[in-house]
Formats: sequence, structure tokens, C-alpha cells
Amino acid sequence: MHQTIIESGRSEKYYWADLLRFRELGWILAKRDITVRYKQTIFGVAWAIVRPIMTVAVFVFAFHKVAKIQDTSGIPFQVVIFSGVIFWNFFASAFQQVSQSITGNANLVGKVYFPRLLMPLAAGAVPLVDFLVAFSVLVPFLWYQGLFATWTLLAVPVLLLMTFFLAFGLGLIFASLNVRYRDFQQIAPLIVQYGFFVCPVAYSVASLTEFSWFDTYLMVNPMAGLLEGFRWSLIPGYASFSISYLIYPAIFIGIVNVLAIYFFRRQENSFVDYI
Amino acid sequence: MSAIIQAEGISKRYIIDHQKGRAKSSSVKEALAERWKQFSSRENALETGAREEFWALRDVSFDIQAGDRVGVIGSNGAGKSTLLKVLSRITEPTHGRISIKGRMASLLEVGTGFHPELTGRENIFLNGAILGMTKSEIQRHFDAIVDFAGVEKFLDTPVKRYSSGMYVRLGFAISSHLEPEILIVDEVLAVGDADFQRKCLGKMKDASSSGRTILFVSHNLTAVQSLCNVGMFMKKGQLVQMGETNEVIATYLAHIQKTALSSFFARPEEAPGNDRVRLKRIEVLPHLPEDQSHLDVRTPFRVEMECWNFMSDVHLNFSLHVSSLTGEVIFNIGSPSILCESGVIKASCEIPGHFLNDGSYALSFMVVKDTASPIFNFEEALIFDIEDYREGTAWYGKWPGYVRPQIPFPIEQTEFLSFS
Repeated sequence: MHQTIIESGRSEKYYWADLLRFRELGWILAKRDITVRYKQTIFGVAWAIVRPIMTVAVFVFAFHKVAKIQDTSGIPFQVVIFSGVIFWNFFASAFQQVSQSITGNANLVGKVYFPRLLMPLAAGAVPLVDFLVAFSVLVPFLWYQGLFATWTLLAVPVLLLMTFFLAFGLGLIFASLNVRYRDFQQIAPLIVQYGFFVCPVAYSVASLTEFSWFDTYLMVNPMAGLLEGFRWSLIPGYASFSISYLIYPAIFIGIVNVLAIYFFRRQENSFVDYI
Repeated sequence: MSAIIQAEGISKRYIIDHQKGRAKSSSVKEALAERWKQFSSRENALETGAREEFWALRDVSFDIQAGDRVGVIGSNGAGKSTLLKVLSRITEPTHGRISIKGRMASLLEVGTGFHPELTGRENIFLNGAILGMTKSEIQRHFDAIVDFAGVEKFLDTPVKRYSSGMYVRLGFAISSHLEPEILIVDEVLAVGDADFQRKCLGKMKDASSSGRTILFVSHNLTAVQSLCNVGMFMKKGQLVQMGETNEVIATYLAHIQKTALSSFFARPEEAPGNDRVRLKRIEVLPHLPEDQSHLDVRTPFRVEMECWNFMSDVHLNFSLHVSSLTGEVIFNIGSPSILCESGVIKASCEIPGHFLNDGSYALSFMVVKDTASPIFNFEEALIFDIEDYREGTAWYGKWPGYVRPQIPFPIEQTEFLSFS
């Protein structure tokens, strides 16, 4: 017979086993989010394509046509932006969904027990589906531009996984803080908004090589290496990338996740008292 | 017999932060602050003035045997819900240890986690998983759930289009098909119509007859009395008594009635009234049999009232109004008129048992001069409760009406039809 011991501060031992035991609930929460996402819309899942295309159109118009900025990497401007926007959207949406995952499920937190980590994990589902839909448009677009990537495409799942955990780690810290201080719910969209410009989304890092702080920039911003890695995997002969760019993001993601999960676990049992 | 739940010294502390009185975690904070008010007279655990400690549970220990049906009773803020939350692992105890053998499911609210945009079918799987059922269990019970809730036509309609009755029925159908060893039920009887309450109680009876352990928190003492074999009386976060249900309920009622049956004023200056009459005392004195500790629908009682009279040589009489809390007068009795000098006037009146229904009643009385002109009306001078008691019925809902007289009501079969 299943035996449960409840003792203050002792749950750690059973927590990870519980997480595995409740995995079905995690799937169902993810499925719920996906099902609900485009309910009662006419375009349905097509919104996952429409939104990034509109962003790309606006930026091509503003940067390329109005401001006449030239990307020095020699890659068509729209390719740089399109790939950047889709990949960035995945990060941004995952970060925001994870950071809202606890407060958004407040009705569950107060009513039933399950490892709370399931909620932020399940929050990755919607961004992933949106990404895959947009990606299925991006690839033919690249073909149309004459860019046929081959084995480098294998890096895409790895980059996605890394990006998800970057978003997950950062989002988890926000999710925990958000339970007590709803201020963080205001900050998260700002980070996403400014991050769009701070990270090489609408431009490639190659166009920054003339700046002396180029290396420092790559060292500080883990998303820079990941975004460039994504472009490298899609665009044959994309020069401004080497695998070493991913070492720093990998370390960063590792540290952030250890800290975030530790922090989350410490707060988790009191969520219900503050939510 | 082995204990299925063993709790040793569980305590739960909340820290109430007064400094950041923002709107954010308002509901919990407000609830706690309210509870705190009830306690503040007793314990002033002020740390810095900005933070307050509040113990929702204090050193609670108990054993529950497999198959027990435990009713947890106590007034609001006694820690009942916190106890259930700790047991169902929603919140962690500050101290103590609990060991639970077997799977536990809680019916804290019907339809937990329902998503309005999802269809009935999708919500059955979602809610089932939230309550701890595996997919195969849900599939096995799927038809029974749909049947029980009576929603087969609307299975593919989003639940936001359901009527509230359908919504509650579906929620309850899912949770009632859980098969845990321990079932936790919190106040389900507070919601829903009489038919739904009957279904809930029926399902709980089924569960208990199949040997499941039940923890039931309710204000409906009648339901606790008839469903539970063990009572737990909690007061201010502590376990006061645990044992045979009727004994525990009696203790509980004796506790809550103690203060409410009388109202005294030591000096005329503090008493309500005017310069001609002032209230000295009004009291309900139940004639309790040996084995009974509180006033219920069976108990006859006497109402006594005393007044200071500052007039001399007047004819006075008292007029007593017994009314409901909504203000409807149930009956009115007038005393005979007597000649009074200044001093204390006392009147008393016997109210028979098996007369007033259970509920809260307000006593008001008027001092009348010459049987015609009112001197003063002491409105709601005393509010008291009459508890429920019934036997020989399987109905646990609120008994309607203000009076519950025992009038003979014989019934017999007078004719037999033969179907041939």
C-alpha cells in the first residue's frame, strides 16, 4: 500500500519520485493549454504563422526600407529577421508562460497536491507547438530563398532544448517571485520587449563584428549564441558561428536552472499561503 | 487495528505581514487577518509590530483507524480547513509528522480545475487527472461518470455553456468515482440544492460502507451525527476532544452556547433603556436532562428578564417578542399588568420543548405602561441558538419553518389494489 509521510521540510526525498508519478497530469495540463490556445478563433493555429510574419514585415519595412540598415553578413535581410523572430518568439513565449504558470493555475494550487514543478514544465507546450507551426513555414521560405540546409538541421532540437531551459530557469525564478509580488508580472513583458532589441533577433551578430565589445556581448548574453546557432543550422555556410559560442550559454543555463529549481523548491510549499 | 492516519504534534504557523498591505494576496491575507482578530485577545505574539504570528494549528495529534468516518467540527477559524489542507498536502505543516497509509483524495471543491473552454469530455480527463486518477481509471469509469451526471448530450460542448447545475453534477460525478482509501470532504453540503446534497451524502455512505476512511468537515451537525462514528472537536487550532460523535457534538455545543444564553448589566448607567426603565438581565435557562448539555429542539426553557424601574406608582407589563434573525416575529406574549414602585421588576416565561425549530432567534421585549403606552422597547436584547436534533429520518438538510411542533400525524394504508 502506498504510504505518505508528511513532515515539514522532508518532502525533498519524495519530490522527484512524485514528479514522475504525476507525469500524466503534466501531459494533461500541457494538452489543456494547447487545446485552449486557439479555441473560438477563426484562424486557429494559423495565428502561430500570422503573428511572426507580421513582425517580420514591420521590421523589414522599418529597418531595411526606411532606415536603410544593411546587414553586413551577406544573408538576405528577411531571412535573418524571420529566423530570429521565430526563435525569439519561442524563448519569449516560453519565458512568459513559465513565469505565469503558478499564478495562472492558482485555483489548482489551493485545492490539490501535486509537485508544483509540473505547471512550469507543462507551460513549455504551447510555445513549442507555436514554434513548430511557424518552423514548418520557415523552412519552405528558406528553400524559396535558395537556402538548403542539411545535417546542420540536427542541431535545431538541441538548440530548442537549450533555449527552453534558459526560458524555464529564468521563468521559474519569476514564477516563484510572482506568487508573492505581482510586480514581476509587470516586469516580464518588459524584458521580452527590450530583449528583442538587445538580442540579435532583427540583426545578426556578424554585423556587430566591427565593435570592440563584440566578444564581451556574446559572453554576457546567452541568447546571442543560441540565436546565431539557430541561423547557422538553417543557413548553409553561415560564417559567424562556431560551436564554442554554445559553451557559455550551456554553463549559464546549467547554473540558472540549479539556482531556479532550488529557489522554487524552497518557496513551493508556501505558495498556497500567498497566492 | 492499525492507524491509517497517524498525526503527531502537527502545527501550522502563518506569518501575517502588515507592512505590505497591497491588493495582491488579498484574499488569504484578509482571511487570516479576520481569524487573527478572534485570537488577538488571547495571544499577542507581536514581533516587530509589522509582523504577526498566527498558529492555525497547534500541536494536534491523533490516530484515525481504517474504516473510521471522522467528522471534524468547530467554529469558524478553529483550524478545521487548515488541518485538511495539511493532510491533503496542499500546505506543509510547520512542525510535526503525519503518516498516511493509502491513497488519499480530497473533495475540497466540486469541479476543481475545470476549464471553461474545454468540453465536458476533455474536462473529465483533466479533472480526473487533477484529482489523482490515472487515464485508464478514468476510461474505465467514463460511461458511469457521464451517466451519473446526465450530460451525455453535452459531452462535446464547452463547459462554459453548461448550466450551473450541470457543471456541479459533472464535477461531483467525477470526484465520486474516485477510489481512494481515504476520502476528504470539506463542506460540500454548503453548496448545491437539496437533491445534490442527498446525492453527496448517499455517495459518502456508499464509500463508508465499502470500508473507506472518510474525513468530513461540515457545519451541518446533523449530517456529521448520522454519517460519522468519530467526532473531532477543534477550537483555536487545538484538538479539544476526539471520540464518539454524539459526545463530541455535545461538548462542542456546550462550548458555543455558554456565552450566548444570557446578558447582564451590573449597573444601570451601562444598561440600555431610558430614564424610566433600564435592562438589568435577560437570560435563557434551558431545562436540560441529565445526559444533555445543550439546548436543542427538544429542550424546554425559561426566559427570564429583569428591569430597573425608576417610576413610582405605575402599572407595568412586559411584552416578549421572539423573532427570527431576519426580523419576522414568530410569536408575542404579554405578561399581566401589575402595580410597580421604583426598583427591580422581574418576569419569566416558560417556552415548551418541541416547539421552536433549530436556528437563531432574537428576544426583544417591551415595557408597557397601563397596557397601552410603550415605555421602552429592548430590541434584540438577546440572540440565542437552538440546535438541531432528529431521529427516525434520513433527511439531513435544513428543516424548514420557524416552529417544529410534535403534532400527532398518523399514517396507515387503507386499501390494497390487486393487479391481475
